[in-house]
Amino acid sequence: MQAETALGRIGLWFLLMLVMIGVMLGAKDTPFAIQAGMIAVLALVMVFITASRFDPAGTNRGFFRMPEGKTRYDDDPVRWATIATMFWGLAGLLAGLFIALQLAFPVFNFEPYLNFGRVRPLHTSAVIFAFGGNALIATSFYVVQRTCRVQLAFPALARFVFWGYQLFIVLAASGYLLGITQSREYAEPEWYVDLWLTVVWVSYLIVFVGTLLRRNEPHIYVANWFYLAFIVTVAMLHLVNNLAVPVSFLGSRSYSLFGGVQDALTQWWYGHNAVGFFLTAGFLAMMYYFVPKQAERPVYSYRLSIIHFWSLIFLYIWAGPHHLLYTALPDWAQTLGMVFSIMLWMPSWGGMINGLMTLNGAWDKVRTDPIIRMMVMALAFYGMSTFEGPMLSIKFFNSLSHYTDWTVGHVHSGALGWNGLITFACVYYLTPRLWKRERMYSLRMINWHFWLATLGIVFYASSLWVAGLTQGLMWREYGADGYLVNSFADTVAAIHPMYIMRAFGGLLYLAGFVVMLWNFTQTLAGKQRAEAPMTETPVNAAADRPLPAREPLAAPAQ
Amino acid sequence: MANKHVDQPTGTETVGHEWDGIEELDTPLPRWWLWTFYLCIAFALGYSVVYPAWPMLNSGTQGLLGWTSRGQLAKDMSVSDQAHTSMRELLARIPIERLADNSALMKQAVAGGHAAFKVNCSQCHGSGAAGSQTLGYPNLNDDDWLWGGDIKTIEVTLTHGIRQHGDDKTRSSAMPPFEGVFNPGQIAALSAHILSLSGKAKPNSEGAALFAQNCISCHGINGEGGRNVGAPRLNDAIWLYGGTSAEIGRQIQRPRMGVMPSWGGRLDPVTIKMLAAYVHSLGGGEDFVEVAKDPAVPVHVRP
Repeated sequence: MQAETALGRIGLWFLLMLVMIGVMLGAKDTPFAIQAGMIAVLALVMVFITASRFDPAGTNRGFFRMPEGKTRYDDDPVRWATIATMFWGLAGLLAGLFIALQLAFPVFNFEPYLNFGRVRPLHTSAVIFAFGGNALIATSFYVVQRTCRVQLAFPALARFVFWGYQLFIVLAASGYLLGITQSREYAEPEWYVDLWLTVVWVSYLIVFVGTLLRRNEPHIYVANWFYLAFIVTVAMLHLVNNLAVPVSFLGSRSYSLFGGVQDALTQWWYGHNAVGFFLTAGFLAMMYYFVPKQAERPVYSYRLSIIHFWSLIFLYIWAGPHHLLYTALPDWAQTLGMVFSIMLWMPSWGGMINGLMTLNGAWDKVRTDPIIRMMVMALAFYGMSTFEGPMLSIKFFNSLSHYTDWTVGHVHSGALGWNGLITFACVYYLTPRLWKRERMYSLRMINWHFWLATLGIVFYASSLWVAGLTQGLMWREYGADGYLVNSFADTVAAIHPMYIMRAFGGLLYLAGFVVMLWNFTQTLAGKQRAEAPMTETPVNAAADRPLPAREPLAAPAQ
Repeated sequence: MANKHVDQPTGTETVGHEWDGIEELDTPLPRWWLWTFYLCIAFALGYSVVYPAWPMLNSGTQGLLGWTSRGQLAKDMSVSDQAHTSMRELLARIPIERLADNSALMKQAVAGGHAAFKVNCSQCHGSGAAGSQTLGYPNLNDDDWLWGGDIKTIEVTLTHGIRQHGDDKTRSSAMPPFEGVFNPGQIAALSAHILSLSGKAKPNSEGAALFAQNCISCHGINGEGGRNVGAPRLNDAIWLYGGTSAEIGRQIQRPRMGVMPSWGGRLDPVTIKMLAAYVHSLGGGEDFVEVAKDPAVPVHVRP
């Protein structure tokens, strides 16, 4: 870096710090002042970093064992995002276990910063946007380069996407604990954080589309269709749902542009499609690259991938009103939300079929390869929750399940089972390749992680199914004399054991993740665990072929 | 596509594309998948014809069945209401003190009161009506009443609430704060004397003297309380704000006094009647004693 450039940059950071101190002093509310102060501190740190010509990558590369020398693809942002995935995953799962314990034992509510109302959005944002978002950034940058045979289009902008996204996460998370929220589920950050995310997200879109345009392949691979749908749609959802007028440009509060039931509908149009395009389309993109790679098999059906992609993204966007059945929303909108959700069932399952059937010819790997096992379980949970979703959108079921813990169980069978397991599998695939190791530190630990996570989900989902049905049935129970039998507090007391079991399931899932963290850090450290191979029965490749080969079997033994 | 070839394990031809080693098979759409998809679409179309669905310029289509969610709610509610109409009419007509004469009606009133209690009262008094002996929510299962425990008195308390501004008939009383009036030794002596009334402490003369000077006008000579002023009974083991010496001392110095909404403005008279019947039935309900205008004339006394 030239001395003049360095000086200029120091000046810019210093100016930002002064502006932020000014904002802090003029702020209308304390949380906003604290957040401005955080950015001022960050700017000050950047002054020192730039001034001492301290190259953060230089020192930290050693600590995080970044491989030396030029590589064919630009993988540094992928490595950073993978590390961030692991870090935020731990934070999000810890917050989840904490609020599960708060629900079972209210004594764990520490007022005001760590009460359930503030930690709950911290948990949801940490797992969806921090853990899931970083996994999507990491894998999309990895996949788009390889399937386009080209380096990332704007390397500096790609780095800005990563760091800018981390700043968004820190501002959002610290804001929740300080009490800043616009009270929109999964869109809690206030106007200024939303504006920042918009800048970051548009940069993400530019990097991704730029890379696609520079590709050295005649066609765009299916995983990239899904990534692009995810990035474009999330941008649109984020912009519309967060349209708001700040009370003051020096304060954290704002008013939504929409009111009443229109506000509710906008929110659930956003909320449902955050599930549809963030947690479904984005993660299907991961599946479409990493399952065929790990299984070393061709994708099952190109035609299915086209039909289910277009039907999925066309139908998903209309299904949001099913979150508002039996509310003030007009009946016609409720009906459309329900029937679009039912039509969505098969398009969702198209992804599961394409993922599972890709294993045709490699099913033996379910036995021998714990990563494949994890992917198969992820797809199974994807199939289960995308069946359960349309089912719960039917009014008959929704009148029983709505507002109960069944919804929470449904969400977690998708989030822990599908999003969690497929992300773990992808990180297990990526880590040795990104850090140039022969394999993960331990394959047996992956197997342990698989079983701990699966058992955790079973505890979690089944206890909340029972809890949800209990609540739903108790709320509507009429006695022989024609009066409601239970008070709300009765139903809370009835599901207390399920809440404890749910927290136990979460603990198992977290334990599996801790095993993974150990495996991950040891792999980065370049170690390999001396361990017995995964299976004692050697694979007989000749006998272990699927039936469709239709070749005459060997002559029977004499 | 130059690179089409048949994939050996599955016997299916590839499409011919290849990205980073990934190929795609040209497998046709699974039939069951396609037909289930078609069926879902057919169901959706049919459902949207029968039920309100398609947005038009001013409102949505009504659907062939003419179903609306508001209409269904009104229908369900009227079915439920009709089941109770005769009972509610009877309850509206009968004076509450005569309710006990009609045991079938009483039973239904108690059931209705139980349901209404869960919605309106359990937040403070608890779903089992046990209240809290430290937070100031009276236990309704015992026979200790601040304002009286016969069914009619309970109805009055429910209708007008406790310490409600703007309701002339509300139950109201005030315990004066004695903070600064007594020194700590006097407070301890007085608390000990109060506990001695229920045999929980040894009597002491200092406390007894203080009690006689300051407390008996409302709470009675032996701490038996006074319902006409809502003064709690002090010679039993039932407490509203805790029964330890320290808690009693705190209540003497900085008395807390609870409130209850006047339900007359929130619930209809029949529901209040049912609530009174339910609370009366919990175990501590007292008999209603009729008093004629002229005390000399003998009146009917319920057994």
